[in-house]
Parts: sequence; C-alpha cells; structure tokens
Amino acid sequence: MTVTDLASQLNLKPLAGLEGAHNEVTSCYAGDLLSWVMGRAKEGSVWLTVMGNINAVAVATLADCACIVLTENAPLDEDARIRADMQNVPIYSTEYNAFEMSVKIAALLNS
Amino acid sequence: MAGLRLTYDIPSADDDFTRAGEASGSVKKKLRQIGYNPEAIRKVSIAMYEGEINVAIHAGGGEAIVEISSDAVTMKLIDHGPGIADVEKAMQEGWSTAPEAVRNLGFGAGMGLPNMKKYTDSMDIETEVGKGTTITMVVKA
Repeated sequence: MTVTDLASQLNLKPLAGLEGAHNEVTSCYAGDLLSWVMGRAKEGSVWLTVMGNINAVAVATLADCACIVLTENAPLDEDARIRADMQNVPIYSTEYNAFEMSVKIAALLNS
Repeated sequence: MAGLRLTYDIPSADDDFTRAGEASGSVKKKLRQIGYNPEAIRKVSIAMYEGEINVAIHAGGGEAIVEISSDAVTMKLIDHGPGIADVEKAMQEGWSTAPEAVRNLGFGAGMGLPNMKKYTDSMDIETEVGKGTTITMVVKA
C-alpha cells in the first residue's frame, strides 16, 4: 500500500512533502522522542507523532519512514513544512490520537 | 571503489539548530548515489545523525570526517566541548544531560550514544573533561 492509498482511505489531511507520497507503507510506529523513534521505527513505517518540527523531518528522512502523521491535529512548523517539501517527506494530520490511528492503520495493513 | 573522504562543519545548536542533520543527510545521499548496501546506509544515517545532534547540543558544534570505502564507512566526530565525565553512564539508555529547550523539541531521550553503538559495528570514544570528545564509528558494507 502506498502513502497515497493510506491517506485517502483514512481521510488524512495533506500538509507537505507530497512528492514522496508514492512511498510504500509496510509498518507503523508511534512516539515523540526522536532518538527513540529513530532507533526503533522500521523502514517504511507510518510515524504517528505530535512533533511537527524540523528535527522530526530529519529523523523521518534518515530512518526511511514512509510518512509522518501528526495526530490530534498537532501543528506543523513552517520551517518543517519547507524542509519536508524539499526532502519529499509526506506529512499529514488527523484529528485522531495515536491509539485510534494505530488501530485504523493496523486494520488497513492486515486487510 | 576508491576511497572517498567527506568533511563537514557541525554548527552549535545554540547558533543554528535547523542545520542539525545536514551532514548525515548529505552522507546518506552520497551513499545512495554510490549504490551502497541499503541496510548499511540506514545504519550510517542513524548513527551519524545521533552523533551530529550530540555535537550540536552538548559540545557547541564540531566537525565530522566520513570515509567511505567498498568495505566500510568510517565516521569520526570531533568536538572541543566539555567532554563526557562518565562514559559508562552516558551509554545507558535513558540517561541524558540534554537541556530543557532541546527536550521540548523531542530530544533528550537518552538514546543517542546507545543508538550509535547499536547501529555500528564498532564505536570508540576518546574523551577528556574540559577538552572535548572524538568518537569513531565504523559500519561495514
């Protein structure tokens, strides 16, 4: 499943980096501590977080996350949006929290 | 493949934290262009980013020297910061001296050095309090 497919099925709101939306989604990881996430998220993960800053974009790039989903409508910083567009890191937002989003993504990945 | 040597200045987090991650991003791009083994690229990217962030946050900036050969990637991070008083403690997961301001950005999980060790085949720390730290990490191809 691509990021685009996932985003449309879950009604995610696109915020940045959509050139990377063809990335393949294979897993999901939730967390807000950057080093913790970088050391543990698998390649191809949808990353659920409230960290909408420029460092989160760097972590998503380096750890090969498929996309970032900002849960509970957490805000995206302007410099992070610009960096995400430059580096093609797709970022979306959702009103759901990390648990609710994880359940929905698990259902999609298992279907 | 002939060896390739890349050098980077790492700015202090106090001066320009938005540039943190540029060196590791650049190394990752270069390794991709070369067609390096993807698993090794991921390991290098993670270890290098953690090192870069540490140098930016704790040492007021420094320098990175990266040597790429067909066998391995060697990353050397050099700073003239405060040094690491207790390396054993610093290597423990969850132990952090990161200031509040960077914790608010999502750092300070106390996973920097443990991640660097986890994702490299060897890691050597030379440090002296008041003088600085040099960390050498190797990821095999």
